[in-house]
This record gives sequence, C-alpha cells and structure tokens, in this order.
Amino acid sequence: MNTLLTALVDWSRLQFALTAMCHWIFVPLTLGLGVMIAIMETIYVRTGNDFWKRTVKFWMRIFGVNFAFGVATGLILEFQFGTNWSNYSWFVGDIFGAPLAIEGILAFFMEATFIAVMFFGWNKVSKKFHLLSTWLVALSVNLSALWILVANAWMQYPAGMYFNPDTARNEMIDFWAVIFSPVAINKFTHTVLSGFTLAAVFVVGVSAWFLLKKREVAFAMKSTKLAAIFGLVSAILLAITGDGSAVQVAQKQPMKLAAMEGLYEGGNGVKISAIGILKPGKQPLDGKDAMLFDISIPKGLSFLAYGDLNAYVAGIDDIIKGDYHYIDRKGEKKQGIPMTERMERGRLAIDALKSYQDAKERSNAAAMQEAKVILEENFDHFGYGYLKNPKEAVPPVPLTFYTFHIMILLGGFFIILLLLSWWWSRGGSLEKRRWFLHLSLWSIALAYIASQCGWIVAEVGRQPWTIQDLLPVSAAVSGVKAGTVQTTFFIFLTMFIVLLIAEVGIMLRQIKKGPESSQ
Amino acid sequence: MDISILQHYWWALVSLLGALLVFLLFVQGGQTLLFFTAKTEQQKNAIINLLGHKWGLTFTTLVTFGGAIFASFPLYYSTSFGGAYWLWITVLLLFVIQAVSYEFRDKAGNLLGQTTYDTFLFLNGLLGTVMLGVAVGTFFTGGAFIVNKMALTQLNAPVISQWTNGWHGLDALGHPFNILMGAGVYLAASTLALLFVIKWADNSELKAKAKKQVAIVGPIFTLGFVALLAYLFCLTGFKADPTTGILTAVPHKYLHNMIELLWPAVILLMGVVLVLLGLSSQVFCKGKYSFWLTSAGVVLAVFPILLCAAFNNTAYFASTVDMQSSLTLQNSSSSYFTLKVMAYVSLLIPFVLAYIAYVWHVLTNRPEKEGGY
Repeated sequence: MNTLLTALVDWSRLQFALTAMCHWIFVPLTLGLGVMIAIMETIYVRTGNDFWKRTVKFWMRIFGVNFAFGVATGLILEFQFGTNWSNYSWFVGDIFGAPLAIEGILAFFMEATFIAVMFFGWNKVSKKFHLLSTWLVALSVNLSALWILVANAWMQYPAGMYFNPDTARNEMIDFWAVIFSPVAINKFTHTVLSGFTLAAVFVVGVSAWFLLKKREVAFAMKSTKLAAIFGLVSAILLAITGDGSAVQVAQKQPMKLAAMEGLYEGGNGVKISAIGILKPGKQPLDGKDAMLFDISIPKGLSFLAYGDLNAYVAGIDDIIKGDYHYIDRKGEKKQGIPMTERMERGRLAIDALKSYQDAKERSNAAAMQEAKVILEENFDHFGYGYLKNPKEAVPPVPLTFYTFHIMILLGGFFIILLLLSWWWSRGGSLEKRRWFLHLSLWSIALAYIASQCGWIVAEVGRQPWTIQDLLPVSAAVSGVKAGTVQTTFFIFLTMFIVLLIAEVGIMLRQIKKGPESSQ
Repeated sequence: MDISILQHYWWALVSLLGALLVFLLFVQGGQTLLFFTAKTEQQKNAIINLLGHKWGLTFTTLVTFGGAIFASFPLYYSTSFGGAYWLWITVLLLFVIQAVSYEFRDKAGNLLGQTTYDTFLFLNGLLGTVMLGVAVGTFFTGGAFIVNKMALTQLNAPVISQWTNGWHGLDALGHPFNILMGAGVYLAASTLALLFVIKWADNSELKAKAKKQVAIVGPIFTLGFVALLAYLFCLTGFKADPTTGILTAVPHKYLHNMIELLWPAVILLMGVVLVLLGLSSQVFCKGKYSFWLTSAGVVLAVFPILLCAAFNNTAYFASTVDMQSSLTLQNSSSSYFTLKVMAYVSLLIPFVLAYIAYVWHVLTNRPEKEGGY
C-alpha cells in the first residue's frame, strides 16, 4: 500500500513539475518583454519614428509565440490541481481557489482582450488606444503572476486562515493577510523581477546575434541599450528581493534554508558557501561532514538570514532535534520542538479531528468541545502526523543546494553582463567586442537555467509539504492509480517536447527574419 | 447576508459563465468549418482571420469557469476533476492543442506543418465541444464516487473523494444523456459559427455555403435541443432536505425545478424563442441580426438549465453509488467569508464585460485604415 502511494505521489509530483517547468520557460519572457515592448511603443508614439514601430513589431512576434504556449501550459496547471491533487483542492480550496478566480476575472480577460488589439488593431484603432492596449497587456501578464504567486506564497506560509473541524478544511478569515503576507510580497516582486531580468538578457542576447552577423546594427544597438538599462535595474532589485526572500525563508521555513546551504549542524556565526560540493551519501544525524569542498564567506549565512554576524542559524540536524526558532503562521516567534514530538502532536491533532466528528455524530457537545481544544492546540503540527520518520521532513538537499548556488552565481553574473552591455552600447564600442557578443548570446541559456533553478529551490526546498507543516504531498494526492498518472505523464512529456521543438523552431526563424520584415 | 444566498449567487455566476462559454464555443464550431465548409486556402484563411482574435476569449472563459468552480465549490473540483480523471484530461488535451495552433499554424519552422495544426483546430472544435458537453452532462447524471471527508484521518489512505470504478470519468460516455448534451453543445457551436461566418466573412462563396449549411444544421440543433430538454425533464434527480441535508431521489426533478421556481422556465422559454427567431430570420429573411439573436437565445437557454442543476435544493453532482455522497450547494461550497470576498470582486464583472464588448466591436466591425498609424 505504501509503495503504491509513494509511486503515485512521485508520478504526480513529476507530472506537476514537468508542467510547471515547461510553463515557466515561456512566462518569464512575456513578463519582461511585455513591459519592454510597451516602453518601445511609447517611444514610437512620442517620436513618430518608424524605426521604433518595426522594433516593436519584431519583439511582439516573439512575445506572441511565447504567449500561446504559456496559455496552454497554464490551463494544464489549473486542471492538475484538481485532477492530481484532489485532497489538496478540498483542504485549501477555500483559500487557494479565490486568488485563482480573481486572476481569471481581473487579469486573464484583460490579457485576452487587449492582446487581440495589440496584434490585430494596428489598422483599426488610434495610436493612443493601441499604446494603452499594449500597456494593459504588460500590466495584465504581471497581474496574472500576482494572483498565482499570492496563492503559492500562501502554500509556503499559510497566513490568514483557520482549520474548521466541521468541514475538515482550512478556511480564510483574513483576505488581506493572505495577499499582503510578507512572503507573498517578496515572492511576487522577486519572481516578476526574475522575469524582467530574463527578458532583458534575452533581448541583449538576440541583439548580440544581429551584431555578430553585422545585420540590423541600429536596431540591435538600440534594443541592447534599452534592455540593458531595464535589465540592470531589474537585476539589482532582484538581488535585493532575493535577500528579502532568504530572510523570510530563515524565519518561516528554517528547514528549507538549511537545505539551501547544505547545513546539517548549525551554530552562531555560520559561514555561507560561495561554491561547494556536497559529500555524496550524507544523511541527517550521521555526524559526518557535509561538504567535500567549499569556498565560503565567514559568518555570511548568519548575516544574510538575520542581519547579525553572530546570529544562530539552525542546521538540518538541529531542526530534527528541536534546537531552532521559527515564525509561525500567526507571525509569532516560536521555539522549535523535536521532530518526533511534532509527529506525535500531529497525530494527536488528526485523532482529535476524528474524535470531533464521532462526537458530532453522537451529538455529544462536551466531547466535541474537548476534541476541538486538542485539535486547536496541536493543529500547527497537523501535517507531521502523516510522516513516519523524522527524515521525511528533510527536503532533497543536493538538488536544493546546487540549484540555489547556481541561481545566486548567475544572478551576480547577469548584473555584470547587463552593466557592461549598457556601458559599451552607450559608448558605441559593443559591436567590436565579439567575445562579449558571443557571451551575451550564450547567456540566454544561462538566464533560463537560473530562472528554473529559482523555482526548484522554492518548490523542492519545501518538500515534503504542499502546505507548509499542514499537508504533506502524500496526503494531498488524488485517488487514482500510479499507472494512470504515469500514462498521462508520458502523454504530456511527448506533447511538450514536440511543441517545444516547434516553438523554438518558429522563434529562430522569426529572429532570423529580423525587424525589416515586420512592417 | 445568509451563506445560502451567496452559494446561490455563485452558482448563478458559474451558470452564467457556462452559458457564455457555450456561446463563445462558436470559435470551436468555426474551426470545424475549416474541414466541413471551406474548400480553398482562401476560404480557410478567411475563417482563421475571423476567429484569430476571438479564440483567446473562449479559452479565458473556460479557464475562469474552472477557476470560479474551484473557488466557490472546491469539493466539486476535488471530486470531479480528481475522480473523472480521464474525462477532464481528455478535455484538457483537446483545448491545449488549440492554444498553440492559431499562433503556430502558418509560421515557418513549426515542425508539424499547417495541416497538422488545422487538424488540431478541427479536433478541438469537434471533440473538444462534445467532451465539454459530456462533462457538463454529469451535472445531471452524476458519477460513481464516494465522498468521505474523514478519510483525512486515515494515515495510510487519506483520500477524501474516491471514484469507484476504473474508468475514471470515461464512464460518462456510456450515458445517453451525456452524449446528447455533448452533441447539443457541438451543434450549438456549429450553428453559431455558421451565422458568424455569414455575418462577417469576407468571402462570398464561403458565405453562400454557410447559408446553405445553416438551413440544415440549424433545424437539427433545434430538434436536438428539444430532445435534450425532453430527456432532462424525464431524469430523476436528488433532492436535499434543507435542514438535515439528507438526500432523496425525485423523479422528473429538473422539470419540478422549472415549474416550482418558474422564473428559470420563463428565461428558458425566452431563450428558445430567440433561437427560433434568430434561425428563422436567417433562413427566411436577410438575417442581419441572426447571429446576435441566436447567441442571446443560446445564453438564455443554457443559463436556466445549469441553474436548475443545483437550485431548489438539488444535488448538482449526484453519486450513482452512494446517494448521500452527492454534492449540493450547501455541502460543497467555500466558506461564507470566501464567498463574500469573491462576491465583492465579482462586482467588477460588468466593467470587464464592457471593455470586452468595446474591443469586440472595434476589431470586428471597424474597417481597416489604409496603412494604419
């Protein structure tokens, strides 16, 4: 039974991860490119220079191809919450569903309506109305991101809710706490800025290709200059919000922070790894060293997480033993307890829920009240009741560690790349630096790698939870057979590979055509 | 405000979205014309140009329909999507292939060639509408599921909603009502698509052919719809006791709902009259307003049918294996607070409809300016 459940959970996770990663190939580019296109069209409307109209139309073609695939994979994600995570859909649907519906009403319709004007309205509407439509598309793609990221942030930090034993689910009690939770604000700004940075690197890279080919030099230089400024500002803000995210993780998800740093044994004044290799086979509580090799910054992690060089940072082993602090979902600082005790208290909460319902069926008000008190006292540990071993609460450390460090290093690299792109495009010497143009071109791939790594850190790093501390993946899954999900996984995989090849093929052809064919 | 009012308000909004979705499926109906009506590349392009800036609206309405159900009735989302797995995955795949086809079909380097993408559009138009209709049919015929919220306390198998057979939703295809519903949705989409082409296509041969076809498809749709209504009124539904929530079977439940509530029956009748007026104005007169009359008729006809699936204490997703597991507005909705918050957000819907209508008007009716700006 357990093996079957594990297989089902694994295939369901794999299918969701496949769809989410595929979705995130297309979405970040549209987030940033939409804004840059709107800026370019604003310049066109203000100057009346046809050069900018051709430039806008060229980037719009790239935007359109990406947008279509993003829409397709977005629908799959929405359906999969129900098809593959049906328990989750009930357990948190009262909270999670609301942002999703608001996203549809406020953002998707705006997007679908004005993108039609953006593409088909050139000869039908006035300059100003077309420009307004382009800005509304840029706004709405980012608004779409807002609502789904609010929902995701809530899964990492479930604020503004309470558990209703009558309905056996979590219910929203404070809408503003959900949308303005510090985790939601950080997640939205960090994710959107990552999209802006990726799009800027994409535009700089594509422009570098034109410069290498000595084609469309004026177009490439102006596109580079605009994208470099836009990207540089975004990348610097990205680093700042990344720091904010790390602080939030340290407070609310200390296990994720420990996994991000491969930190098993914590302490005061903890170093941060700049580059490192983990020892294969390292297990929690085995007392062995975690790192095979690393170059680190002394006291860096303590400072990053708490703004204090000597602050205490808990490692994985410390958290399992209960030697840590955290901020709970009501915003209160709590002393951690040993994992085995959390598991016991989780089972107490689950048993209390059962007792509550039994008492309700017997109409025994006193027994209901007694069970409710036990449930409320132990609800913060509810999800731990489903775990069989404390080590199940530890996320996959190597994947979290490496993706985190790749993301950080590439984030720093993009700041330098965009700074140099701006500086040399400003001075007009960019086209002579062919090594740098080659580097810019290849950096497009690096931007996608960094972007995917960010989501892997966020999602793999919070395992085993769908809802932090309340619902592990094993209790969130639908009641279908593993073989069924395996079949649909391969259907989706085949479809995504075929359509991805088609998409890249179309994009390359469109780029090769250049802006001159955009008129 | 009572939670029951909010539950009914949200079911009404879901029903309205469903009715608007059936209207907007004229895009899907139009895609089947690529094979059934258009004979030349020029005619195919005329259809694609007409639908190219409309498909996003249909797609978004489908997404919002799903999102609104998730937000307002999460137990339905959990039970139907998680249980009728293959049915929803099929619907999903049939719509995903549409989303990329408009953008990819005529682009160089698209790997599969234009014919494949046009076939995707055709499959979405034909099977997508039929399967969506079959899925909507389960609002009246139910499914083989059991709901046990206390399964959450079983540590080894905490699944709340279980489908009791291995078909996982494909069993819906075995119920004649669902098939009739699927066929009805497709016929509605085709009829509206033909009227749309007649009104706006920039190709006289295509228009002439569409006029001939609508004279055949329109009456079939009307007869099919009447048969669907007759079947619906013969179905047995489950009635929930408003106090205890206990369900009992009631023969002709949906007919009772129409009669007892009356106002949905009036709306339904208005819808049928408008459809007949729209179709006959096309067949017997110039039919300048046929598309809009028939579209309004379809929305007005579908809306009360969906309303009656759940109003008047009716189980809108009946369990065929355990009557008391059936889903009603009361036992499957979100909390009072969530429904209230979303009700405030829904006040923006008229504003959304207004800008959609304006952009529709601009892109569809306004002539192209020479050279643009």
